[in-house]
This record gives sequence, structure tokens and C-alpha cells, in this order.
Amino acid sequence: MIPRPKPERFRLRRTMIFMSAQKPGLIKDAYIYGVDSIMLDLEDAVAENQKDAARFSLYHALKTIDYGDTEVIVRINGLDTPHWQEDIRVCVAGGADGIRIAKCESAQDVKTVEAAVEAAEKEFGVEVGRTLLMAALESPKGILNAYEICSASDRMFGVAISGGDFRKCMQTKPTPDGIDMVVARGQMLIAARAAGVQCFDTVFTNLDDMAGYEAEVRQNKAMGFDGKSLINPKQIRLVHEIFAPTEKEILQAEKIVRAYREQSAAGVGVFTVDGKMIDIAFIPGAERTLKLARACGLWEGDLV
Amino acid sequence: MKNYVGRDIPDYLLVNGKEVYQGKNYMDGKYMKKASPCTRRYEKPQESKIVETLADALKLCGAKSGMTFSFHHHLRDGDFVVNMVMKAAIEELGLDDLTIAATSLGAAHDPVAEYIEQGKVVGIQTSGIRGRIGEVVSKGLLKTPAIVRSHGGRPRAIEGGEVHIDIAFVAAPTSDCVGNCRGIGGKSNCGSLGYAMTDAKYADHVVVVTDCLVDFPNMPASVEAIDVDAVVVVDSIGNPKKIASAAARISQNPRDLMMAENVAKVIAATPYFKEGFSFQTGVGGPSLAANLFLEKYMDERSIRMGWAIGGICGPMVEMLKKGKVGKVIDVQDFDLDAVNSINQTPNHFEMSASQYANPANKGAFVNKLDFVVLAALEIDTGFNVNVLTGSDGVLRGAPGGHPDTAAGSKCCIIVTPLIRGRMATVCEHVVTVTTPGDCVDVLVTDYGIAVNPLRLDLIECLDKAGIPHVSIESLKEKAYSLVGRPDDLQWEDKVVAILEARDGTILDVVRKIKPFTLE
Amino acid sequence: MVIQKPAVAGTVESSDALVSVEPGDGKIELTLTSSVMNQYGRQIRDTVLETLERLDVKSVKINIVDKGALDCTLKARVECAVFRSSDASEKDIPWGGVIR
Repeated sequence: MIPRPKPERFRLRRTMIFMSAQKPGLIKDAYIYGVDSIMLDLEDAVAENQKDAARFSLYHALKTIDYGDTEVIVRINGLDTPHWQEDIRVCVAGGADGIRIAKCESAQDVKTVEAAVEAAEKEFGVEVGRTLLMAALESPKGILNAYEICSASDRMFGVAISGGDFRKCMQTKPTPDGIDMVVARGQMLIAARAAGVQCFDTVFTNLDDMAGYEAEVRQNKAMGFDGKSLINPKQIRLVHEIFAPTEKEILQAEKIVRAYREQSAAGVGVFTVDGKMIDIAFIPGAERTLKLARACGLWEGDLV
Repeated sequence: MKNYVGRDIPDYLLVNGKEVYQGKNYMDGKYMKKASPCTRRYEKPQESKIVETLADALKLCGAKSGMTFSFHHHLRDGDFVVNMVMKAAIEELGLDDLTIAATSLGAAHDPVAEYIEQGKVVGIQTSGIRGRIGEVVSKGLLKTPAIVRSHGGRPRAIEGGEVHIDIAFVAAPTSDCVGNCRGIGGKSNCGSLGYAMTDAKYADHVVVVTDCLVDFPNMPASVEAIDVDAVVVVDSIGNPKKIASAAARISQNPRDLMMAENVAKVIAATPYFKEGFSFQTGVGGPSLAANLFLEKYMDERSIRMGWAIGGICGPMVEMLKKGKVGKVIDVQDFDLDAVNSINQTPNHFEMSASQYANPANKGAFVNKLDFVVLAALEIDTGFNVNVLTGSDGVLRGAPGGHPDTAAGSKCCIIVTPLIRGRMATVCEHVVTVTTPGDCVDVLVTDYGIAVNPLRLDLIECLDKAGIPHVSIESLKEKAYSLVGRPDDLQWEDKVVAILEARDGTILDVVRKIKPFTLE
Repeated sequence: MVIQKPAVAGTVESSDALVSVEPGDGKIELTLTSSVMNQYGRQIRDTVLETLERLDVKSVKINIVDKGALDCTLKARVECAVFRSSDASEKDIPWGGVIR
């Protein structure tokens, strides 16, 4: 059995890759590609009559495989199915870091899952509150209720939009410029930021269209997403590259944090760096840049 | 007697000057007497050498029981010629006690397994052994141990007279009426005929089998009429679909791509990666994909590859056409892009197996090779590689040019996933040593890179480039932690195959595997 | 547990195993074929027998077609087949109890 440290609610989650929990060859070592989070899937990737088998498989994978620093999230079946309760039991018993609630539409959905998770934590002797939650918004209703969903529980670390189902509801198709989802993405981002949780974009399914994929990832970064859901390991690197801060950004952030420490020690609140006015409002952003730079292997300092 | 790689070689095999493997370059500087064939004079002008049937050709060449027939494997899994010839020899002429000396044998030759079971074929000498032949040989049904040699070791043995070929059969996509052969122009095109060249020069008799007769002279000829006794025209020498795939596609498997990228990184970190470097890669998933990433580094540093050798397929031809590689020289073509390019695209040339890889000649191409990227079924903590026997001890692989390119190159990189299913690729002891560890420099797996401790210079290069690497022992431990420690295979004493090092010493033997029971 | 009816779990894909169980004659009858028989046949057998013992299965005919599955997969497939054989695989699984 591999003991895993207590999951961190806010950690780096640039990439989150889906893996069918029913495929032993896939889940045995998905961590080798350097992804931030693995999303073991009990929902769409598993046939209706194999849900039970997938749970046994998942339990032993969680208990046996050393995923190291890679976060392990499990996507459970929707609350309108007969599967989700047992899904939660196996996730908690196996020690998954978090659970992704599929087709989440309301704060009540989150609370329902939270109650089941807490019951499972008690049943299996797991520290109450250990298991994190995130929600997938897959319908217009989910998007409209994004803020109440994001703020429904202290376990919530983020929300993700699920493009396939959402587009079905909206009767749209993927467009090269993302216009079909721009409003939904924007609304979800605003809700997530308002609630102080992370926000992740949907998968890009055409593996041969690397140019289209790159355009979407650039848009994700520009819009302010924390990361993206992926379906293939070959998609990982591009996200990490695009989400990485530039050398100039890192230098700037370093200067700001350093100057702020010095100035605030001297009692100065507002100062200039390279001719730009800086105050405390700039500090969290600069610190986040440095943390990201370190995770990307671009910076080795000890300021943060 | 234990050899340099720790393998116990039975003393009864060490006769007639046979020695055990004693490390690379052991034979350097020694002299060897070349064999000369006994060939028939054709002084009287002949209009044509065409004979009606294979049986007629065999008779013309004085075929009799006890002889050695040679074949080449350019038609790969599509080959019909081995089976046709053996059928004519055994079923029409009633011959037995025959030895097959082939450059490779595979599933296409399953019918030969029956001749082994019947005791008609008593010897197999080859650079690759797969399919039913591998199974029956592993069961100990061949009268004498099979002898497995590398692509370079085979011409060495032929030129040195260790293998005497009574009749060489050339499967020719095109031939004229006197036996000038080419690998293209017909319906069963295979491109290079490099493996057949040495055989044709050193065999007593040469029979050309073709399914496309062309006008005299068929030029430029790969095998020349001056060496040919007879030409047989048949309906079909092979199944084109299995001879060359449409185009070798670069793998899209993310694991392969990740490893391939690391291979390219390692290459780019060595001092040999400079303008005019030379390169060979296998056609396996991650090996071939290395091309793709290497090109990126070449562009970045504005350098060109001087020359590439192989086994060649499309992606390398593409690079030649783009001017990113100066010359391509090959013994075999794996896909139609390569088949249609050899001797056609400027600077794409053919060479013989001896010219490619023979350790005993005076200038094989492998000796000038900077990099080779190769696959492995298994690699052990001594960097010894097995590409011949499966985890069940059965013969199902091909050393091919693996040991030759590994020994000749300045940097030999093995690329393989750490485990395949439940098989640990990185292990404590390989089942059979086919390429000795002193020729292998770097191992790239999906779980990390290991450098042979003999190559302190390469370790330094990787460190300087910031490429992380670990010990091969730690990779082995990781593999065993995933799949469990394998039980040792249980062998009988009987040797079913002898694995010759490229220099002719004995590198390893394959014994008969004991039938497995759970009890 | 008592094997009440025939049941299967798993696949014959690489790295997986197909496990079939049916009611036995008072003992455990194991048939095993594996792509890694020579090197891992005994370990696979031991894993299967241990799993059956943990599940307190005393009477079963069990057939395994192994395609190089790791131990954790073998356990999962055997457990699922056994639970399916008594229609108990869908809920209230004793995770961390006999399933461990």
C-alpha cells in the first residue's frame, strides 16, 4: 500500500489527463509523462456493464501504484445514475486525492456528494475533509449556477467545463476561434475567481489538429484558465510550454517580490520597479509567477 | 567454459579452433584465409540460362543430399522462394540432410518446420529465426544446433569458409535471361539486394528465381550474370503486400514519442553530433520516431547528417530528398518509399552485407558510424542485449545488424520501454546475449536513461547538458517492483542454437527449454 | 463466498486477464494459461489462490487467461468475477476489508 500525503487544495494543475480506470495497461504508470493530475475515469470511458469491474481495478491501482507527486483524481458517475455512491466509497477507501463530480448543476449536487464523501471517510477511517472535490459543468444550468457550485464546499478546488455535453445542449459545434464556448468559459472563469477556486478548460479531441489545439491552449491561457483537461499524453507538453512564464516575466516577478520585501521592511508601501508603480496588490501575482516558473523548471530561487 | 559475458559455453563446441567470446575487437589484426568457391566454367556462349523448373536448376547445379542452400530475406514475410526451393529439392528430387543458410527466416517459412520435423533439413544458419521454425528448433527437433550470426558475422563466416554454400538462391524482382538481377522493375519489388551479394560471390552455384523477366542487359545489376548458373522464371516470388509496407509511419504512441525525444536529446548532447555525422536507426516504434526529433535538433544547430545506413524506410528517404542527409546506403528497404528510391534518388546507394557490417573485412560501414539507435527484447544490468529469445526461452527474434552496428558505432543507444505487459525489459540476466554489453553505451527507457559506466565521457556529456540519468540497476529494480521478480527459466542440457559473436567466437548458446508445469 | 453461478471479469487485452468462475466440486480447480507462464506462472497462481482464500472461496472452478496482467489487475479481476457470481459486485463492496 502506498501512503499518499494529504492532498493540497490549491496546487499546480496545468494538465489533467483522462485515463479509463478499466484499462490496466494505461493506468499502471500514467505519471511517467509528467502530467500534473491524472483523472481516472469511472464515467464515460467505462461501459455500463463494467462499472463494477472498473471499481475493483481502480481500488487496487490506488493501493498499489506509486503515483508520486502526480495528483490522482477520479471522475465518478453522475448523480442520476445508480453508480455514484459506490464510486465515492471506492475513491475514499482507495485514498484518491479528489473526486470530479460529473454533470454538476447546483450547489445541492456538491453538498450531496460531500455528504456521501464524509460518510465514506468515516466508514473507512479516513481523515474527514481529506478528499477534495471538483465539479464538471456540462450544461447551461451548470454554467448559470457556477458561482454557487464553486462556493458550495471547502473541499472544492475547482471547476471544469465539459465541452462535448455543453455543445450538445447549446446545439453548437466546435469552432476554430472558440466563439461557440467563449461566453460559457468566461462565465465559469468569473465564477471560479469570485469563489477563489481554480478553473480548467475542456478537452481538445482532434489529436491530428495540433495547430487548432495550440490555438485553443493559447486562448485558455489568455482567458485566465489554470489548466486544461487532456485525452492524450502527447498534449501535455504544449500546455506546459504555453502556461510557462517567460524569462522576462520571471525576472520582473523576482524584482517585484524582492523589492517589496525590502521596501516593506523599511515601511514603504508604494514603490517603483523599472519605472512602474508597484504596491501590495502586485505581490500575489508575482509570487504565483515564481511558483509556476519553479514548477516548469525555469527558476530555482527561494523567494517563494 | 565461461566467456567474457559470463555465459557457460559447453567445451564440446570449442573444437576446430572455435573460441568463446573474449570482448570486442579480440580478432583485430589477425589474418584469415578467404574461401574460394568451386565454380563451373561457361566458355561456350549461351543465349540464355533459363531452365524450366526449380528441379531442373537444382539438377543443373548438381544438387545432392547433404548440401547447403543459401537464401536472403529481402522479400521478408512475403517470401515464396525458400519454400519453393526446399519443396523441389525434398519432394521432387528426394534430397535430405540439407542445411539452410539464410539471412533470416520467419513466419513465411513455416512449411520448412515440417522438413525439420521429418529430418530432411538438418541444419539452420541464419541471422533471424521466427515463427514455426523457431518453435521446432527450440523443441530440439533440428539434428544439429542452429547457428545464429549477425548480418556482419554471416558474410565473415562465408568469406572465411566456415559456411560453404553449395547453391545460392537469389530471389530477384527482375532478371534478364542470363541472371543480371535487380531489386526493382517487377511486381515483387524489394529495392536493395545487399544480402544476396556475398552469397553470389562465394557460392559454388547460383540460381536466380524471378517473376519478371526483362530484356538483357538488366542494368545496373545487384547480382551479376557472371556469377549465375541458371535462371528460373516462376509465377510469383512473393506477396508484394508483405514485402514492403506502403509507408512506415512514425509511431503516434505517446510512450514511443517520449522515448524517441529523449534519444534525440542524448544524441544532441554528444560531441559526435556535428556537421556530417552518421546515423542508423531501427524501424521499431521509438527508434524510427527518433528521426523526427533529431531533425529538430539538426535544424536548430543548422547541421546536416553526412550519411545514413540501414535497413531504410520512408522517413530517411524524405530527409535525403530534403537535403538534410548527404548519402543513404542500404542493404535492405522496408517500405515502398525506400524501395522506389534506392539507385533512383541521387545519393541513395546499395551495399552488400559484407560492406555493411563484416568485422573481418577492411572497411565496413558500421565502423564509421557515429550513432545507432536500436531496440531490445531485454537488456540486463551488464548492458547485454537479447533480441533473439522470448521470455519463454523460445527462438523468436533476429540479431540482424544489431551486434555489428553496436560494436562499430561511437554511440550505441538502446531504446525500449521498461516493461512490456508483465515482462521486465530491463532485467538481471537476459535469456540470451545477442549483443554484448561492452558494445552498448546508453539505454533510454520510459522510466529514465542509464549510461554504461564504461562510458565516463558520455556520462559527462549528459551531465553537462542537464539530462538526468540513473543507474541501470535502479531501472531493473523499478521494473521488478512493477512486475515482480521473474522465476528463472528451466533448461535442459541440450543446446538447440549457438549464438556466434560477429567475430566468430561463441557469445551464447540457447538450450532446450523444459516443458513448464505449475506443480 | 459461495460461487452461485458462472461469471467472468476482465479482457484478453495486453496487460489484462480474463477470469471465469463457476461453481466447484468442493475444491479449488485452477486452470491457467499465460503469456508469461515460464517466468510468472507460479506467482500468478499464488496471487489467485491467495485472493480466493481472502474471499473465503472454497469451491470453485476458475479459469484464467492471462495476458501479462500485473498482480493488482489479477486480484481485481478475480474479486470482480467472484462478486459477480453472487450478484454482489455492484454495491457495498468491503473495500479495505476482504478487498485489499
